[in-house]
Amino acid sequence: MHSETIIQVNGLTKRFGDFTAVNEITFKVDKGEIFGFLGANGAGKTTAIKMLIGLSKPTKGSGKVAGFDIEKQAEHVKKNIGYMSQKFSLYDDLTPKENIRFYGGIYGLSRNEIKTKTKEILEELDLKSVANKTVVSLPLGWKQRLAFAISMVHDPDIVFLDEPTGGVDPKVRREFWETIYQASEKGRTVFVTTHYMDEAEYCDRVSIMVAGKIEALDTPNNLKQQFNATSMDEVFLKLAR
Amino acid sequence: MSAISVHNVSKSYGEILALNNLSFSIEDGELFGLIGPDGAGKSTLFRILTTLLIADKGEAYVAGHHVVDDYKSIRQKVGYMPGRFSLYQDLSVEENLSFFATIFRTTIEENYHLVKDIYVQLEPFKTRPAGKLSGGMKQKLALCCALIHKPEVLFLDEPTTGVDAVSRVEFWDMLKSLKEKGIAILVSTPYMDEASLCDRIALIQDGNILKIDKPQHMIRDFDKPLFAVTTSETYKVLKFLRNAQFTASALPFGSSIHLTTSFPVKPSEIKHYVERTGIPVDDVSPVEATIEDVFLELSNKKTI
Repeated sequence: MHSETIIQVNGLTKRFGDFTAVNEITFKVDKGEIFGFLGANGAGKTTAIKMLIGLSKPTKGSGKVAGFDIEKQAEHVKKNIGYMSQKFSLYDDLTPKENIRFYGGIYGLSRNEIKTKTKEILEELDLKSVANKTVVSLPLGWKQRLAFAISMVHDPDIVFLDEPTGGVDPKVRREFWETIYQASEKGRTVFVTTHYMDEAEYCDRVSIMVAGKIEALDTPNNLKQQFNATSMDEVFLKLAR
Repeated sequence: MSAISVHNVSKSYGEILALNNLSFSIEDGELFGLIGPDGAGKSTLFRILTTLLIADKGEAYVAGHHVVDDYKSIRQKVGYMPGRFSLYQDLSVEENLSFFATIFRTTIEENYHLVKDIYVQLEPFKTRPAGKLSGGMKQKLALCCALIHKPEVLFLDEPTTGVDAVSRVEFWDMLKSLKEKGIAILVSTPYMDEASLCDRIALIQDGNILKIDKPQHMIRDFDKPLFAVTTSETYKVLKFLRNAQFTASALPFGSSIHLTTSFPVKPSEIKHYVERTGIPVDDVSPVEATIEDVFLELSNKKTI
């Protein structure tokens, strides 16, 4: 099968003083993949993601994301990716419509494009009835899906999700994963971090970072075989402990 | 005597009903889990029981004392680890612990046996400011600080949220050994897999208790046929199964799809049904429910 590479990273390293947060990681992600980026607290995930999305310069090594050099073309990287984290969210005192317009504006969409996108998102998420209510009044699950949709308002080829489902109920968590599947079916690449090991199983491929290095990278099934484990939870514990 | 007893407690914030007529009790030395998502009312309940908030309705007792009339006695006898990291970030590990010991008029030495197992892991960093510890270490220090005055009842509000899988396992090991020392523990978590580590659990959602029981009993009492369907085309099969006549619910569950059916069906029938469409299915087998299945089932019933 022909596959396009959307992330290519070679020997990416980040040091803070004497401390090496990310230690020569090398990997690639294909277009349309759901890629799980796992690791214990302090393993270097956040630092690595910051480099991938153009917010932090690598000390050493290089990388390309969405066709752009993460060091020399950081601004282009930012324009061509989507990003959603548990903390970053929407403006609570704006309506879903206003939030879409705001982020559409930030990403430089034309008035017409914003109009089309707004309609599309509200219909797809079934939010028409609350389009003019403030976001603060929406249930958490709706907010999350709206935030996810908005992170893709500029149609990026890849979207980064940093612990998108922390703390939500099991039903909402699953609904959210279905929207991830949907996005991936449309050919969008999803790069996701999570502490829920069952969610690791939903990914096409998974990498596990331990102390700054990628110690394992494969499909969940292959990882389970490789580590002689029945679940990703077991794989993770064997590696990270 | 119960370590905690709650009778018909309700609490609203304006129009939002945070707790809806809750009643339950926790025995001495019991490890009791409050399992539910964000916004279920877990923290509100913790604040009421630790005398930081007054309920609108109902009564509650902790370590034998009424939470309103006798709040000062309770504060001497409970340890509370709130959901947000609430130690002094600019004090060192050692200074924090000694501070908490001092305000409860005790010393680290006096109760060192209680925190020893945990504190030895922190000792190499004892001069480091608490704010500079890793997530897992912060949790351990917070637990030490909540324990240093030898509480009878320990309240832990989401101690493992945002903590990685390894630190979570270690944390639960520590709780088990504390329980053996006779301390009653009320712990809340959004992670359903942690439920099985508790003696009893309450599943809570939108301010209501869905069910209270031993986790093993909840699993045993799950009354619908449940199957794990494994396929490489999870999303397609999921959508397809939802339209099947026998399907009660079909949800992604780690490496498989958990399918509950409204009436008994043979695994081979399910496999055949899906494969007719040309989508390959690796396996369909009956499986035992998990607490997450129970929660999903109960919360579904509620919305219908």
